[in-house]
Amino acid sequence: MSIIEVNNLTKYYGKARGIVDVSFKEEEGEIFGFIGPNGAGKSTTIRLLLSLIHPSSGSAKVFGKDVTTHGPEIRRDIGYLPSEVYYYEGMKVIDLLKYSASFYEGDNTQRMHDLADLMELDLNRRINDLSYGNKKKVGIVQGLLHSPRLLFLDEPTAGLDPLMQRKFFDLIRAENARGVTVFFSSHILGEVQRLCTRVGIIREGSIVEISNIRTLQQNNYKKVHVTAEGLTPAFFDLPGVTNVQTEDGTLHFFFKGDINAVLQRISGIQVADVTIEEPTLEEIFMHYYE
Amino acid sequence: MMNANIYRHEFRTRLRSVIIWSFAVLGLIVIYFSFFSAFADQAALMNQMLQRFPPEMRAAFGLDRMNLSDVLGYYSFIFLFVQLCLAIQAGNYGFGLVSIEESELTADFLLSKPVSRTQVLTSKLLAAFTCLTITNLVVWASSFAAILLFRGGREYESRTLLLILLSIAIFQLSFLSVGLVISLLVKRVRNVTPYALGLGFGAYVLSAFSGVFGEVTLELLTPFKHLDPAYIVQNGAYDAPLVLLNVAITLVSLAASYWLYIRRDIPAVS
Repeated sequence: MSIIEVNNLTKYYGKARGIVDVSFKEEEGEIFGFIGPNGAGKSTTIRLLLSLIHPSSGSAKVFGKDVTTHGPEIRRDIGYLPSEVYYYEGMKVIDLLKYSASFYEGDNTQRMHDLADLMELDLNRRINDLSYGNKKKVGIVQGLLHSPRLLFLDEPTAGLDPLMQRKFFDLIRAENARGVTVFFSSHILGEVQRLCTRVGIIREGSIVEISNIRTLQQNNYKKVHVTAEGLTPAFFDLPGVTNVQTEDGTLHFFFKGDINAVLQRISGIQVADVTIEEPTLEEIFMHYYE
Repeated sequence: MMNANIYRHEFRTRLRSVIIWSFAVLGLIVIYFSFFSAFADQAALMNQMLQRFPPEMRAAFGLDRMNLSDVLGYYSFIFLFVQLCLAIQAGNYGFGLVSIEESELTADFLLSKPVSRTQVLTSKLLAAFTCLTITNLVVWASSFAAILLFRGGREYESRTLLLILLSIAIFQLSFLSVGLVISLLVKRVRNVTPYALGLGFGAYVLSAFSGVFGEVTLELLTPFKHLDPAYIVQNGAYDAPLVLLNVAITLVSLAASYWLYIRRDIPAVS
């Protein structure tokens, strides 16, 4: 049984497009990356699955139950970290977390403290006084404290410093190792690549590709910049090289294929600088345009 | 049907507001009623003075039907202002019941919990009603106290006073539910206070000026008319059809609110 099963899900806000005809499945224990630029429909999809909004057409099941009719039951086993965290301003962190925990069965006090320690969150401060990053930590503890079976992470790393991001990713991996299924939405390809096994790419409300993260990377371009004296485009005349441009003595091109071919060429010359980088998400989308 | 956690949270959130409103009505009743014996002693003079006011103005405050030298006549004059406070308070809670969560963006937190929309709305309504009942009880207590202290030995019909006081809960519920349904009908309520003031004063003005312009059917829509204290004192009874109309408006508003809230798309951060 799939943990999430979305069939031809469509959402219009009046006339404005949310998502159109989205279908995908996520299996138990997966970390599914949901990637796309802002406004593509990532949050809309998550909000539909949480029944915060209602579909215009199509259907979605979580744990095999329809989200529009079994919402409360489904949400018992869901943890949700929204992209922007907003909480009752006057409350203390501890009171908010207790309020959150009160909706779930069992005693989650110990886990709450463990998570707060891990994320270095001071429980006695008021929510008003917290920085954006600290509010985000409250969101993380709040989303995880009831040990959900399914986690929705909507752009979770925004506002976290690199060290916290790493801790957070370790935490998500540990949860995943315990069997928790993760739905990870992001517009940053790098973090999706670090964490996810499978990805869905959404663009202007529609899914353009669902694939294994490896396949996606192999099929993708690297961006190469080489600075060296007397370099001409002809030097990198290799299969897989496209979009060659020269600018102030630096050669820019896209490369798709075995990167060793490029490295061998580069090792044969005296370079001033070399950069090989992942394409940006936009560039990947350009690829899906073609 | 109800979630105790939400109820408790909602109640705590409003506690400060309840205390402030309760002190406001307490002060209003006790201070104004303390002038009663002065009014009553000078009744002839007072009535003479009132005669010089334009009849429209007397009608607007119901003074054409009130005898200020009488305990309940004077009380019903004060009660009009108590009603205005109660209307604004109840309207305020009604408008804010779900819209504050949405404008402060905490609705996502609450509604991603394992609770149904029906549970959320019922718990919130009960918590708001509990808060209104506290203010209601303060009105009861301060009314009895003020009359006991300042009536100066004058007699009054305690049954009529009870009728006036019993009307409060009906009155509050109508503003609570109408405020709620309006907040769900408009796209987004950004600030609750102007809505609550508008509804409260609007309903009051509608009732007050109905006397001025004679027959206007619009007045039938306002709770101030449905539960007019001057009418209750004059007749020693409710205007039954109007009270039923009021209850009907409340029930329709509540039913519509549930219908709308269950189907509502919670707006996202934008």
